[in-house]
Amino acid sequence: MAETPPKIRLLKGAEQDLSAATYQIHNESHTLGNALRWMLMKNPKVEFCGYSVPHPSENHIHIRIQMYDHLSSLTALIEALNDLDTLFESIEDAYKASLANGSYEVWEEKS
Amino acid sequence: MASASTSTGFDPRKHVGVRAERATNVSSTDFPGYYPDEDHSWSLEQFKEKLQVKVQRLSGRSIEFDLVGVDASIANAVRRILIAEVPSIAVEYVYVWNNTTVMADEVFAQRLGMVPLNVDPTLMEMKEAVTDQPTDRNTIVFKLAVTCERNKSAPKDSTDDSVRFVNSEVRAGHLTWVPQGEQGVVFAGKEPAPTNPNIVLMKMRPGQEVDMEMHAIKGVGKDHAKFSPVATASYRLLPLVLLNHKKPVPPELAHKFQKCFSPGVIRVDPVTNEVSVDEHNLRNETMSREALRHPEFEGCVELARMRDHFIFHVESEGPYAPERLPLESIKVMREKIATLKRAAEGLLVADSGDGDVQMADA
Repeated sequence: MAETPPKIRLLKGAEQDLSAATYQIHNESHTLGNALRWMLMKNPKVEFCGYSVPHPSENHIHIRIQMYDHLSSLTALIEALNDLDTLFESIEDAYKASLANGSYEVWEEKS
Repeated sequence: MASASTSTGFDPRKHVGVRAERATNVSSTDFPGYYPDEDHSWSLEQFKEKLQVKVQRLSGRSIEFDLVGVDASIANAVRRILIAEVPSIAVEYVYVWNNTTVMADEVFAQRLGMVPLNVDPTLMEMKEAVTDQPTDRNTIVFKLAVTCERNKSAPKDSTDDSVRFVNSEVRAGHLTWVPQGEQGVVFAGKEPAPTNPNIVLMKMRPGQEVDMEMHAIKGVGKDHAKFSPVATASYRLLPLVLLNHKKPVPPELAHKFQKCFSPGVIRVDPVTNEVSVDEHNLRNETMSREALRHPEFEGCVELARMRDHFIFHVESEGPYAPERLPLESIKVMREKIATLKRAAEGLLVADSGDGDVQMADA
């Protein structure tokens, strides 16, 4: 087996200040790609964000980020990851709270 | 964007329209820059305010819960991870010592892989590479030794195979666990076994026998569906029936209108024959669009779905209690985020080192 590629790398053609760049993320799919794209689009400093799965049998995704005001797309990516984590944390907390308060129907299911 | 259907309360920002032959307003528009002079940037406080998670129904095998106030990309991540990335245990290697049945070794081995096992995946480690040595931490061993014989005490005139023969069927319950190393202590009280002992794996006749050993390992559904911990994991959007208050349903047609929907969705007032929507039963609506087929109801009603209200239905198959599955899914997602964040921060450090960005060729 060939050596494992890095988790994330910058593709050729990015701006030197990283204000516009395409990143290749290894071992990820629509699952993370679409969620991350959504969170990046929630950032008003992001001019454009899109992701793609270049080929179904290649185990990676591409994510394109273009920024306003020559800001760094890499910083925006890390910020989006932080926000995405807090988002899932609050879903987790809300789910646990709903499970704990017990106001749901419990029923017997035959297998 | 003015909507023609203001008298039904259809809101293109919140609702997905369901027309007779088309869906409308499918994509979400809550992004910065979409509406002038409106701020739609990410705010955790606002998100928490709108977020609602409510467990609706729970049984020993399945769970139904509502996830309200999130985008489809988030709900879809939860669903996709449940199917493909929450780990579970399944038979991966089968060593056949003897097989005199009519079923070929490779066909039977494939079947053994599909049997759901009750082993808690948190108690095991992933066997990452094929070259990794099996250990008591990453492999569970089962034996299967079954011989079919004639039942000598069976009545002469019996025609039932289970009476005439002993072991005429190989069932999942015939798998016997062989503890390795410290597994006897780790799995004490919860012995590894198939979740359902009654799965028929193969039929046999007197004189036939199987003798094999199986190694079960931890894996994820994207590698092979046998590792998927769920039977189904799906969501749908909450249905809405929007009545037009400017054009009420004619009282003489109220019961016909009611029959266009799932039972309990539409209420008819016994005195005035006025129709109304039962909010509690609304989620049971199948969205058959039957009401839209009748010209006499034209303009009386509009069908829609709530774009940010996801009704999840998850059926557990395997070791996880159904209420634990969404938590496992979120755990996997947060691990993915953490891994990528670490790598991205590494890239940021490498980049700021010499002021020259390193770009790959591909």
